[in-house]
Amino acid sequence: MSLDAAGQEIVKEMENQLNRNYFLKGIKVLFKQPLALVGFAIILIQIILAVGANWLTAYDPTAQDLSHVNLPIGSEHHWLGTDNYGRDMWSRLIYGARISLIIGFTSVSLGTIAGTILGLLAGYFRVLDGIIMRISDLMFAFPGILLALLIVAILGSSLVNVVIAISIWSVPSCARIVRGNVLTVKKQEYITAMRSLGAGHLRIIFKHILPNSLAPIIVFGAMHMATAILSTSSLSYLGLGADPATPEWGAMISNGQQYMWQAPHLVIIPGIAIALVVFAFNVVGDALRDVLDPNMNIDQL
Amino acid sequence: MTTTLTAKETLFEVTNVKKYYPIKGGLLRTTKGQVKAVDGVSLQIYPKETLGVVGESGCGKSTLGRVILGLEPLTDGQLVFKGQDITHYRASQLKPLRKEMQMIFQDPFASLDPRQRIGPAIEEALIIHTNLSASERKKRVSDLLVEVGLKKEHYYRFPHEFSGGQRQRVGIARALTLNPSFIVCDEAVSALDVSVQAQVINLLKRLQKDYELTYLFISHDLGVVKHISDRVLVMYLGSMCELGSVEEIFSNPLHPYTQALLSSIPRPEIRKDRERIKLQGEIPSPANPPSGCRFHTRCPLAQEICARKVPEYREVKPGHHVACHFA
Repeated sequence: MSLDAAGQEIVKEMENQLNRNYFLKGIKVLFKQPLALVGFAIILIQIILAVGANWLTAYDPTAQDLSHVNLPIGSEHHWLGTDNYGRDMWSRLIYGARISLIIGFTSVSLGTIAGTILGLLAGYFRVLDGIIMRISDLMFAFPGILLALLIVAILGSSLVNVVIAISIWSVPSCARIVRGNVLTVKKQEYITAMRSLGAGHLRIIFKHILPNSLAPIIVFGAMHMATAILSTSSLSYLGLGADPATPEWGAMISNGQQYMWQAPHLVIIPGIAIALVVFAFNVVGDALRDVLDPNMNIDQL
Repeated sequence: MTTTLTAKETLFEVTNVKKYYPIKGGLLRTTKGQVKAVDGVSLQIYPKETLGVVGESGCGKSTLGRVILGLEPLTDGQLVFKGQDITHYRASQLKPLRKEMQMIFQDPFASLDPRQRIGPAIEEALIIHTNLSASERKKRVSDLLVEVGLKKEHYYRFPHEFSGGQRQRVGIARALTLNPSFIVCDEAVSALDVSVQAQVINLLKRLQKDYELTYLFISHDLGVVKHISDRVLVMYLGSMCELGSVEEIFSNPLHPYTQALLSSIPRPEIRKDRERIKLQGEIPSPANPPSGCRFHTRCPLAQEICARKVPEYREVKPGHHVACHFA
């Protein structure tokens, strides 16, 4: 039997021993927290609505019907009513779910990836630390929404620019969190052990420091989803994000507030949607922080 | 790469090694002073021997180990490994030598990546240094696991699933992966229970015989050092006090510091003639070491000359070196 064949047999044998239950155990822990479960349910519903928007409504969210304006909740054919142009509120709500999810996800991903790379570099290489952290200090000097306003004002108002603005805005806070964590991890003895084995910087950074810094990054991502969705709506409400015809929740509130007394559902429905989603992502972020604590032995729970 | 060494050839030649850490402070972070962690250590390490290094906490023994392996740049001195002067080697030049020199760490809880399964952790050295295929690597790792007294089923376990002794065995397997000739054991058994210590020490001894390893065994535990070492170096405050064979050091200690250390070993028998030498005071700061002989502030034999003149480190008997005016 050649070494390779023998090796492969051992691989098979050992893989049978591989405990694949860590992921499932993590999920179980998550689901023991009722609030987290509610948060997950809300996010799941939002995802279902966003993905299935095409099939869940018969109406185009931008199609106007001036003969059925400001219909209240519970009207025939329009169970959530219509807005001041006769557009179906239900289709606008679920297409809005799609928009806020896409914007939240892209801006958080872009911001977190860039922030993580910068944070890793700043934490690991002392030469870069000063430069990267002073630039992020500079960005911290602006209030977040003001920075986003500034960026949108420069680039022009559109949803793509909102994504860019929110990503840029989340880079420094992410970089700071990652850097702090890298500084702690870097001093651990297992990093010295890797150096004594002759591992290069890239291997140490991406194979050992990054996995050990992942927990705060994931928590940051989940929490920041909430912030990103809220900021998108805020910018759209201020007229700097989506144009008024787009079914974006912030734009819907902005559009509906002039009819607040005649048709309160124009403001209340998107308002509740924003509040629920922001709440859900915050709660899930909290729960993830508990689950991902590296000092916690999952088996003991 | 493998050069055969004859009996009394040196494997590692350490000449007058110094490691100072700058103390920074003040408005402009200027260097205000230096902590002299290791201050002028010279020794030869011979193939297949175990050189024990003892001394109290903060005497620079761990720093010495790290400097020798090139994990910390040295301030001054020379390191020659197998005839190569590695003093000023950069990381890329040291990489091929990493195969030959390894380290076993003190704290088995801190020296393993908590997010990496132990099999891949041991395998990583093979990925860095060899071109073995994935299954060849796994075969080698499972052999190593068995070699250090673990099971190959442990391959996919996480470090937190092991006891301290088992983790230290993982650390040993990792150090052995590349067939090194020289291993620095930095307090390798200090964090373990006494019963587990004995098992790990016996494992280290067996591996030394099987793989012709050379150990630099750093410890503050004189009993352990006596058990495992061929020669012993006693350090105090970054400098060398005494170096000799284990029999010489333990039966005929010449330096008053060695004598004090030995008298502190607890013994089972009750003997009237045994008197414990109690050292007065604290270990002085290595940032501002005493003049002359570093030990004179606490030495029971100290005379006027000790504060004035640094004692010469000399060979009093073949292989027995001591740095004391009165030895």
